[in-house]
Amino acid sequence: MSATSLPTTLPTAATRPRRSLRTWLIAGTAYVVAAVFLLPYLDMIVMAGRPNSEFGDPTIFPKHFTFSNFTTLWSGTGLGGSIGESLQIAAGATAVVLLVALPAAYYTARHRFRGRTAFLLLVLATQMFQPAAMLVGLQREFTDFGLASTLSLIVINAGFNLAFAVWILNAFFSSIPVELEEAGMVDGLGRLGALLRITLPLAAPGIVTALIFTFISAWNEFLVALTLSLGEQTSQQPLPVAINQYIGEYSIDWGHLFAAGLVATVPVIILFAFIERRVVGGLTAGAIK
Amino acid sequence: MSALRRLSPLLWLGPAVALIGVAVLWPVVVMVQSSFQAIGGEGFVAGYNGTANFRHLFDEPDFVSVLQRTLLWVVVVVVVTMLISLALAQLFHQRFPGRTVTRWALIIPWAASVMMTALIFRWALDPNVGVINVILHHLGVVKQLGSGQADWLGNPTSALAWMMAVAVFVSLPFTTYAILSGLQGIPDDVYEAAAIDGATSWKAYLAVTMPLLRPAILVATLINVINVFNSFPIIWEMTRGGPGYDTATSTIFMVDLKQGDVGESAAMSVINFLLVIVIVVVYLATTRWKEQVDR
Repeated sequence: MSATSLPTTLPTAATRPRRSLRTWLIAGTAYVVAAVFLLPYLDMIVMAGRPNSEFGDPTIFPKHFTFSNFTTLWSGTGLGGSIGESLQIAAGATAVVLLVALPAAYYTARHRFRGRTAFLLLVLATQMFQPAAMLVGLQREFTDFGLASTLSLIVINAGFNLAFAVWILNAFFSSIPVELEEAGMVDGLGRLGALLRITLPLAAPGIVTALIFTFISAWNEFLVALTLSLGEQTSQQPLPVAINQYIGEYSIDWGHLFAAGLVATVPVIILFAFIERRVVGGLTAGAIK
Repeated sequence: MSALRRLSPLLWLGPAVALIGVAVLWPVVVMVQSSFQAIGGEGFVAGYNGTANFRHLFDEPDFVSVLQRTLLWVVVVVVVTMLISLALAQLFHQRFPGRTVTRWALIIPWAASVMMTALIFRWALDPNVGVINVILHHLGVVKQLGSGQADWLGNPTSALAWMMAVAVFVSLPFTTYAILSGLQGIPDDVYEAAAIDGATSWKAYLAVTMPLLRPAILVATLINVINVFNSFPIIWEMTRGGPGYDTATSTIFMVDLKQGDVGESAAMSVINFLLVIVIVVVYLATTRWKEQVDR
């Protein structure tokens, strides 16, 4: 790890600046910060692997490690059903957002027309609202509709994540020169063909970002899910709501809670890593435009 | 043809407008309407209620303290988040070995559900076996496990402080990334010019970096204010707003009221909604948003 030995061991030594003490101080601080962000979630693994007999011990690590909390998740408690329910909601919301946001983002990127600013302001306004602020309205509207909670949650999650998809797709479409599309049309692709064969593939990174972002945020959504699935059987409630079944009035089944928590969080953390670099643009673009 | 052309925006934007209407705008209408109705616990509407829901709400003994706490919650969480994020962004803007990996660690609280993060901290603060207490006990800060001192979430003041810390923790990734992307937009020659002018790094930061970061800071603050104001899972999972309503913000209060009196809960929602709009408008006005962002 010494700063002097590093450059000589690397083939690019000539182009690589020598790492100073300052660099290592910065790196050290960053590693500590990263550990602070990581440790609470690593503790979830330690807790999920702790045998029931050791839950009363005031120790950081258990003496033994067990997988039984994971294997017993699926029997009786019906977590499988909840995962299916959450998958339906998240995938459904993602599909709706893409179907609705793609044409809107494309049209606003390519055309100047009356009502364009009004539309973009409307989208921005939805970003300023949060489902929590209008919970009573959401609950009464959707229960009055008589819509099943799954479908209601798909629509609501789609509505509140539309803005992000519109911003990020709008930015991607705007960055693709019209000339590329026109060239495709000259080559006999037609308007739709040019759109499908040229523009959409070029916007693919934006589409993937919008897709993953919507999926994660619908997967994690808690308050509306809790409100609309109240009174349903646990196995039919979305995963974040169902996880709360391990919290009893007098005691909490921490082992199962964290095993289920890992199932709920690990996949989305991995997904999020893919879009990490583009997400900020989608969240802040609307306010800057 | 021209009539068709005039209709084409409707075709492309119509679905989006319809979705916003159903999922975002109509609920607001229903919410406002509900705040003037007498509604039973099961959602049965008993009729027009005038301003009775609002009068009940204002007469709640906890109403004023809940609003004060909400204000404190938003101000403390957002200010602390912004200050730490400015430092973190500066740190992660540097070049160092392993930067990509450490940035991945930074996004975890953003990707994971806030509810799970809140539950991890609730566990970690368990007075008998929670890992934070166990560590604090080893360090000698907590004298006795299971004591009142170790019961952080049982005492309203320390509970609120811990929950604010968790709220900051989950807000840091987005905020840091927003400022980082602002930093990446500043060309290097700006710093070189400042260095030639003899500015020390701290002076250069205040005089050069900060003004250029203003748009990023403004947007990040605004988004954080809205998110933190509406934040639900942290307080819900860690204290349920208790003991009593001593750690409840107005969002928690609203959800809790809903179990007894939907109309009164709707009235609380309306107040919340107006508060957010007032805060946003005041914020935009005082920061002279347009001038800053349009530059």
